[in-house]
Amino acid sequence: MNMMSEAAVEKALDKNMSDAPLKMIGKDVSVYYGEKRALFDVNLNVRKNTVTALIGPSGCGKSTFLRTLNRMNDTIDGCRITGKITLDNADIYDPSVDVVELRARVGMVFQKPNPFPKSIYENIAYGPRIHGLAKTKADMDRIVESSLQRAGLWNEAKDRLQEPGTGLSGGQQQRLCIARAVAVSPEVILMDEPCSALDPIATAKVEELIHELRTNFTIVIVTHSMQQAARVSQRTAMFHLGNLVEENDTDKMFTNPDDQRTQDYIMGRFG
Amino acid sequence: MSGYLIAFLALAALSMAYLGNSRAKATHNGAAGKIHSRPIYHGLNVAIWTAVPAFVLLLVWLVFQSSIVNHLVLSGIPGSENLDASASSILMSEVRQVASGNLFKEPSPEVKAAADHFKSLQGIAAYLMAAAVAVAAAIGAFFGLKVIGSRYRARHSVELSVTLFMMFSSLLAILITLGIVFSLVFEAFHFFTKVPFTEFLFGLRWEPQIAMRADQVAGQGAFGVIPVLYGTFLISAIAMIVAVPTGILSAIFLTEYSHPRFRAVVKPLLEILAGVPTVVYGFFAVLTVAPAIRDLGIALGFEASPNSALAAGAVMGVMIIPFISSLSDDAFAAVPRAMREGSYALGATKGETIRKVLLPAALPGIVGGVLLALSRAVGETMIVVMAAGLIAKLTVNPLDAVTTVTVQIVTLLIGDAEFDNPKTLAAFALGLVLFIVTLILNLIALHTVRKYREKY
Repeated sequence: MNMMSEAAVEKALDKNMSDAPLKMIGKDVSVYYGEKRALFDVNLNVRKNTVTALIGPSGCGKSTFLRTLNRMNDTIDGCRITGKITLDNADIYDPSVDVVELRARVGMVFQKPNPFPKSIYENIAYGPRIHGLAKTKADMDRIVESSLQRAGLWNEAKDRLQEPGTGLSGGQQQRLCIARAVAVSPEVILMDEPCSALDPIATAKVEELIHELRTNFTIVIVTHSMQQAARVSQRTAMFHLGNLVEENDTDKMFTNPDDQRTQDYIMGRFG
Repeated sequence: MSGYLIAFLALAALSMAYLGNSRAKATHNGAAGKIHSRPIYHGLNVAIWTAVPAFVLLLVWLVFQSSIVNHLVLSGIPGSENLDASASSILMSEVRQVASGNLFKEPSPEVKAAADHFKSLQGIAAYLMAAAVAVAAAIGAFFGLKVIGSRYRARHSVELSVTLFMMFSSLLAILITLGIVFSLVFEAFHFFTKVPFTEFLFGLRWEPQIAMRADQVAGQGAFGVIPVLYGTFLISAIAMIVAVPTGILSAIFLTEYSHPRFRAVVKPLLEILAGVPTVVYGFFAVLTVAPAIRDLGIALGFEASPNSALAAGAVMGVMIIPFISSLSDDAFAAVPRAMREGSYALGATKGETIRKVLLPAALPGIVGGVLLALSRAVGETMIVVMAAGLIAKLTVNPLDAVTTVTVQIVTLLIGDAEFDNPKTLAAFALGLVLFIVTLILNLIALHTVRKYREKY
């Protein structure tokens, strides 16, 4: 591997995308909010070390599906889920599963940057501390530094670690939230429109970051931007009215989709 | 008389508003599409012109009338030039009593003449006042109606009047507060001319029961505020120990754990607790809690007095629970959902999320509520009057009786009060101390809330 250039590695990875092992499997997933049904028997798999983009018009259920993957919907009153979702072949809705443990393995980054009202350092240290990942102060310092470095924020933040995280710019805050998610070493990172509140430059930085994170994490990203889906993902899933319309390799999806509705949406004819 | 005048002004303003409105409408029809202000503003403008200057005139008249009449009556009484201010005011009040027919004894002929003079002057003044107000209203109405025209900016003038009125209202609150402070400071200053400032501030003995008459048997008197202030702080501290954990924990339970339907029932119930009159809490403290605590204390082998600081403080704590729980509840509810989700998404449990994210984020609101409750506790009167003691004691035993600043103010001012006696004046000094303490608490509360407000 060391002998291969980065580009070559990526190419090799992309080529084998369809063959990458399955990290999460969603089978006949339906979600109800009270009486209202938001998802209809969705079958969607997430491949290891792959960026999977979920696209579709507003209210199509893509965020709802994303939130079923780490049981974030559990926090919403009146939400009910049927079907089966597995992580490494273990059912995550099994009564024996500890939801806290699950969320430590499947992290999440939200649409709006939501750093805690604490210092930058404490924002990162929060997760490792509650999971007991650092034994000493030096351990914690290392985790904070490496997380910030992975999120591309270290150079900007290293001199102001004790300043409040809310004092950063919007793009920096979002990268702080990504660093915070990375700090607990999850296996999967879910991103719910992570760039929709950011300007183009900050968006470009976060996209670059997603690209780099793929080597260590499995990423599922919800996005409203076709270009973003095309830029960052290897697999794309198209939702419409709570149904999964099509799931395919991103290249194929954006050049020659199997479904007419996908074609129409990508061309901007509805949505 | 002035009551009729005010009613007359209100009626005049109403009819002028109607008249102005219809006249502006007529103008509007004449010059379609060009009128600056809508007719209703012209009507309001006329009404303001009619009522406001006349009303101000009425107020000014009322302020000056009595002193002018008094002056005229006094100068009519022979020999009154030689009287000093208090003697002439006593004479004047006698004249007024006679004029209104309250005879305690047969008045002297001079006073009788003066009373007649007073009556006739009052009658003239009343007629003059009515005439002046009516003329002012008429002039105002005339002017207001005259300016109605398509280009007259009636809306601007009405808005200016409303703005001025709002400014006046806000100034009024400030001025009244200043007046209260000033009267407190004035009387307290009076007190400090009789009792040295340092003795009051640093004295450790509080025995204000001094003689009011020369032949009365009473103590020497000691005015050291420390034991009284200490009692207030002891009882407030007990109240806070009861209220702060209960209030915050109930807020956490209601916002984070309880079913929405449970919350919908319990929250209003908790707020009813804030509506219970403090005198009822006083009954509860003195009839139920105090004897229970005394019996318990004696059963456990402690010395316990019937009016314990613990009883008053505990009941006061119950009283202020709603302040803390309601404001903390609001503070928790105001923490964005994104904070909770961010924490859950990192694998935090509910408890960890509450302790490490919600509590720090809601802290300013909670601190604000706690300090508000504390200043309520410090200033609370009825419960302590009924359930706390009267003897100022420096004790750390919560089963002992202590007294508070508010209790002392009440006892000093009840009964025969003589306002040049240090015993009575001490109440104002105590009031000033209380005012300053609660002011400082409120300032700290404001500062804390402002400092941390935009944290998330």
